[in-house]
Amino acid sequence: MDGLLSVSYGTVFWATVAFLVVAFLLKKMAWGPILKSLDERSQGIENALNEAERARQEMSKLQAGNEQLLREARDERDRILVEAKALKDSIVSDARTKATEESTRIIEAARMEIDNQKKAAITELKNQVATLSVDIAEKLTREKLSDSDKQKALNESLIAEIRSN
Amino acid sequence: MLSKQTPNKIKALSRVSALVAILFLQLAGVRAYASGGEEEGKFKAGEMIVHHISDAHSVHFFGHVTLPLPCIVKTDKGFDFFMSSVFMDEQHEFTKTYTSASTGNSYVLHHEKIYVVDTAQHAEESHEDVSAMHDTLQVIADSLAVGVPVAAEAHAEEHEEFHGHAVSDFSITKSVFGMLLMLSLVLFLFTRVAKAYEKRKGQAPKGMQNMLEPFVLFIKDEVAIPALGKKRAQKFLPFMLTSFFFIWASNMLGLIPFLGGFNITGTLSITLVLATFVFILTTINGNAHYWGHIVWPPGVPVAIKFILVPIEFLSIFIKPAVLMIRLTANINAGHIIILAFTSLIFIFGEKSVVAGYGVGVFSTLFIVFMFFIELLVAFLQAYVFTLLAALYFGDATQEHHHEEAHH
Repeated sequence: MDGLLSVSYGTVFWATVAFLVVAFLLKKMAWGPILKSLDERSQGIENALNEAERARQEMSKLQAGNEQLLREARDERDRILVEAKALKDSIVSDARTKATEESTRIIEAARMEIDNQKKAAITELKNQVATLSVDIAEKLTREKLSDSDKQKALNESLIAEIRSN
Repeated sequence: MLSKQTPNKIKALSRVSALVAILFLQLAGVRAYASGGEEEGKFKAGEMIVHHISDAHSVHFFGHVTLPLPCIVKTDKGFDFFMSSVFMDEQHEFTKTYTSASTGNSYVLHHEKIYVVDTAQHAEESHEDVSAMHDTLQVIADSLAVGVPVAAEAHAEEHEEFHGHAVSDFSITKSVFGMLLMLSLVLFLFTRVAKAYEKRKGQAPKGMQNMLEPFVLFIKDEVAIPALGKKRAQKFLPFMLTSFFFIWASNMLGLIPFLGGFNITGTLSITLVLATFVFILTTINGNAHYWGHIVWPPGVPVAIKFILVPIEFLSIFIKPAVLMIRLTANINAGHIIILAFTSLIFIFGEKSVVAGYGVGVFSTLFIVFMFFIELLVAFLQAYVFTLLAALYFGDATQEHHHEEAHH
């Protein structure tokens, strides 16, 4: 165990020199650049994450704006549709009213025309009947006047008729 | 369902059997390696284990495949440089004596320590020196009733005769070599990763960069920033990342079979260095608030302060020392358990071959289990060291908001 627990000055010397030299070289050539790169990278990642977060927020803001716009457009469309429907309804009902009035008017005119025609026809018929009656009466009278008896009788009946009136 | 499960089970089984096979092969290596401790034909588990987890002057892979390492020693005659292969004999044992041409010193390697073999008259002197010193130590030890570490000459009893004294050993030992390897690996990997960050700026991480980034982020976000806060973490992160990846890599290297059985973080000298850096960084960065709490703890009666101040003062040293001991002990414990269960096979195998195989199956399964635990421990200890270092740094550099809470 002597060799195990004793300290050799030579080994201590070489270990010190070797460790110091390598520690110095590593610090300059390895740890410095490595730690710097690691820091830069972690900084870079942090920046990228922040950037992404900001972009996400902007995006959501933009999206909210889009939605607002879309909603407005939809409302506008609905409004226009409603207006158009109302307009259509009013046009249709106006037309219907006008048509009804027109038809009523035409029917009325037709009815009046028919009445007039009827009246005229009746008048004409009356006149014809009157003329015919006069003709018949003339013929009858001529026949009766040719016979004095008959003439006399007629006179008397006529006079009677007038008197009764 | 059944058809989906079966391939998974087969896969798992084949993995386990592959591991078992590797372990058996490794045991063969241990047996070959353990032959050093088997000189009298008897397997000595303790020796083998200590030999395995101790530092060495060569990297032994398996059989006769050994990587010699450079030795740098300093004596009063000056420095000597040579490879540890100079000690190697025909049996690949490190028994030869090497005589340097420049200083004329003769060196031997004994229990992984380099000694200068004393010349005749030198031996007299040094022997006297050693025995004089040994006598003094003996007097002190007698009064304390403890044993005295035996001087080099005492080793000669069990080895061939030599009189020598220890040298200042600045060799690139196995642990130093392993440390250099792992530091180079960490340096290579992370400079490449750093380049990838520059080349692929603003892009998702890929390949090696992608594999290592979670660990860097883990240390940064889960360890440094909670303990130190974002601003102060920047200052300590380079040290924390370097120690974390170095400790983890070293722990993992020690778990790879056939790769020399490195035990870098189990070497006290190396964890001592790491802990010393934590101590230095804590101490030089300690602010007025930190020192104030140590030299004059607020909110306690004056009488208590006299007890508390020495404790607080000691804690400056104890905290990093605990880091050192925890890491070393944990890594050694893992290695010792695995080696002990390996040794069991040979201990029983010496009694009877059947017992050896019987225990072998059981031991191997347990070792497989231990390897998984050790994989976890390898990461955990690196994490704990870094976390506690961060907490100490945090303690030393804490701002005043804590004090305001007192009043």
